[in-house]
Amino acid sequence: MKELVVISGKGGTGKTSITGALAVLAKQSVIVDCDVDAADLHLILRPTIEYEESFSGGKKASIIADACTGCGECFDACRFGAVTPDKDEMSGVPYIINRLHCEGCGVCYRVCPADAIDFGPAVNGVWRRSRTPFGPMVHARLGIAEGNSGKLVSLVRQEARRVAEERNLDLIIVDGSPGIGCPVISSITGADHVLVVTEPTLSGRHDLERVSDLTAHFGITTTLCINKWDLNPSLAHDIERNALDRRIETVGRVRYDKTVTASQIENRTVIEHGGNGASQDIVALWRTLKEKMR
Amino acid sequence: MIIAIASGKGGTGKTTIATNLALTLAEDGTALQLLDCDVEEPNCHLFLKPAWKDKRPATIVHPQVNTARCTGCGICAEVCEYNAIAVVNGEVLIFPELCHACGACSRFCPEDAITEVPHTIGTISTGHAGNIRFIQGLLNIGELMTPAVIEKVKSSADPDALTIIDAPPGASCPVIEAVRDVDFVLLVTEPTPFGLNDLVIAVEAMRALERPFAVAVNRSDIGNDEVLRYCRDEGIDVIVEIPDDRRIAEAYSRGDMIVHALPHMRNLFEHLWHEIRGRVSNKKEKT
Repeated sequence: MKELVVISGKGGTGKTSITGALAVLAKQSVIVDCDVDAADLHLILRPTIEYEESFSGGKKASIIADACTGCGECFDACRFGAVTPDKDEMSGVPYIINRLHCEGCGVCYRVCPADAIDFGPAVNGVWRRSRTPFGPMVHARLGIAEGNSGKLVSLVRQEARRVAEERNLDLIIVDGSPGIGCPVISSITGADHVLVVTEPTLSGRHDLERVSDLTAHFGITTTLCINKWDLNPSLAHDIERNALDRRIETVGRVRYDKTVTASQIENRTVIEHGGNGASQDIVALWRTLKEKMR
Repeated sequence: MIIAIASGKGGTGKTTIATNLALTLAEDGTALQLLDCDVEEPNCHLFLKPAWKDKRPATIVHPQVNTARCTGCGICAEVCEYNAIAVVNGEVLIFPELCHACGACSRFCPEDAITEVPHTIGTISTGHAGNIRFIQGLLNIGELMTPAVIEKVKSSADPDALTIIDAPPGASCPVIEAVRDVDFVLLVTEPTPFGLNDLVIAVEAMRALERPFAVAVNRSDIGNDEVLRYCRDEGIDVIVEIPDDRRIAEAYSRGDMIVHALPHMRNLFEHLWHEIRGRVSNKKEKT
């Protein structure tokens, strides 16, 4: 079983459009959306949800108004600015805990002399197992303004591996998130192959360097795809040369093509939309990538 | 006044708007600061090319055990909600990558055997680009505590200055840290299914955080009308629409400023500022 993770460093380079297209070309694989913060892959793969479960990645604290004496120990102890004096005193107590800023450390709960803090598991999101025409899909949705995205990503990947074994599928294709932080690290650790999708802009080049440092840090085989390469061919060439210095091979160039947006509006992948542009470039990308992953 | 430029979806034009808005204001003689809070992939510097004056490490604290005092009682591991401490055969093992620096272990250690030592997770750089005071955070490779670096960027800023924040993409903890105390948020999106899906998430986050916001639609003619329809149905103001223009994309790819490469675009950013300022001062008068 091989696990391919598609990431980008910079957002909006076409990672999800390309991941969806690869999932179609792979015929049958387990498809995973690890961009749990702003998941979009379902919009072009049209999954039918078969199973859904809520996800709790940590705990949250809240003040029990009846028991609170207003001593302020929790306010002094919280390092995340989640406890604030309640100016309006709407809650009837001098302090409130802002759920969105609570890090779930439990320090307030443990210092409270009046046992006036409730501290228990919080629902941070939901994960789903679905059916698509291109194979089973595992995806998730982090709750609004929630944390613990790294834990949700790990859970989704673990479920995908289980599904792959159960259905005897030998490929897992993962759509990662932008950046280099917690959800990205959770998406790539232990993966077999990372495909970085970038674009020929100074931002794309800069962010590719950061994300290549990250994959090198974790020792994961990495290849490169330059999307919209014809927007700036000379910069595209520079980026490919710099990547080679880091032993990152370019496995595909995808041209700037309006059919990518057109297919998104039709809620399908650019491969299903067809045409002689980006769609053909991604077919060539898949052919090369498949060889590299052998 | 603090304004954040944010978006659910990445690559919609946050940095383009933040830097061009800042430059338009600075060239009109307004003193301001720009905070690059997209600390995983900060890009404002590629466009404004600031002269750096100062670089300091961004640190958080990690626990360190004084083995001479430790009795191996295990309380530190019990109180750690992040499984960052384990006590095995009386020996304390610390997994710093899991630590959230909450201070529980050192606070509750009965032997006073845990001290907190600084650990560098990034860099805070300060400089100037013309009239713009520039502060950038950069997360180190392999580090997880993005919000902590964002907090350091914000606490390094002048709280009374006019401030524009370039926020990270998404709607989870890094975004919350970037916008938690701002006066106004501009949510940038594009008129596509992905743009709409991620805008809805960002709008819900802004409502949960009780931040006033409005929407900017970038590449406004590439997709369909669903974003505009959603905003109309939800009573959300769309205060600027930037048309798709290959010249903008090419200027961006080279790291050029849009308001320099295409001078007519300056009007658009002046208009945008007028709209934002009107909304913030209205809000302040009401309260």
